[in-house]
Amino acid sequence: MDLKVRVWRGKEQGAFSAYEVRREESQTVLDVVVHIQRHLEPSLSYRYACRVGMCGSCAMTVNGVARWTCRTHVSKVVTGNALEIAPLPNFPVIKDLVTDMRDFFDKWARAKGQFKGTTTRHDDFARVEPTSKERRAASAGIECIGCGICHASCDVVTWRPNFLGPAALNRAWTLVNDVRDTQQGERLRAVAGDAGCHACHTQGSCTERCPKQLTPTAAIAGLKRLTAKAAARGEL
Amino acid sequence: MTTVATQAKLWYAMRISSMVLAVCVLVHIITVIYAVRGGLSAAEILGRTHGSWLFAAFYGVFVVACAVHVPIGLAAIASEWLGLRERTALVAAQIVGVAILLMGLRAVYGVVAG
Repeated sequence: MDLKVRVWRGKEQGAFSAYEVRREESQTVLDVVVHIQRHLEPSLSYRYACRVGMCGSCAMTVNGVARWTCRTHVSKVVTGNALEIAPLPNFPVIKDLVTDMRDFFDKWARAKGQFKGTTTRHDDFARVEPTSKERRAASAGIECIGCGICHASCDVVTWRPNFLGPAALNRAWTLVNDVRDTQQGERLRAVAGDAGCHACHTQGSCTERCPKQLTPTAAIAGLKRLTAKAAARGEL
Repeated sequence: MTTVATQAKLWYAMRISSMVLAVCVLVHIITVIYAVRGGLSAAEILGRTHGSWLFAAFYGVFVVACAVHVPIGLAAIASEWLGLRERTALVAAQIVGVAILLMGLRAVYGVVAG
């Protein structure tokens, strides 16, 4: 039985267009979108690059849930034979399934998501004990691919558009736990407050939806503890 | 506009007050269930609470924890769901907080010393 696929066309204003796509074995949602663009709707805009869950560029809303489409099998998400594919929520739509990620990545920068150390290439490399608390906390969040699924799934981002969001805060938490980094005070100030970690209601949608099984909720909880204690000591 | 330090402190106050409330609610519910096993009249309640400083201290703490906890949460709801500006939401929430404090402490006074 063919798939009945509805795909969003337009920008913020637009409509779903319907297509019929042949059902294949081991078919991914990205396969469906690629088929539509190559054979049925050449002007359809969407993003992808690696097809293997590394680049984080193919995230879309599939039957109401934000997912990485290259690693999502149709069989896991199809309702009957219906598939509805839309751009990610909480992102401005540029065209069809392509969203504007600038604000999302600007938030990483605002959360002091850049590493800054003191050593140069001429110095010996730092030795960090792999089993130390900090290294384990950093390792837990470091595999983020920047797909934006957590940001799209977060109600607090919807309610507070200036909220830094789970991905930026998760990135900040990995650097808070990087013992080589020298911007710790500035970073805590950057991630505190109602535009930062303290706005999080711990609903856990980010952790539920993260395709890499990371736990931004735990990262944000860590930031809340550190920043609140710093505020209580008057260090924020 | 409150500073991030103030916002972080408010979150901390909410966290600490929620810990106090967790204990208070448990003690309160267990006490209620235990006390009403055979039925309980208003006169019997007042007979136990009248002049009880332990009761006054416990429910005094309960009321203060509510008065700290509730307004901070309400301010967040007001700004996120009703779209109120931060300052307006905080002022409205503070009014509710003061009302909870006054009514709660008056109730405690009523059953202990009134």
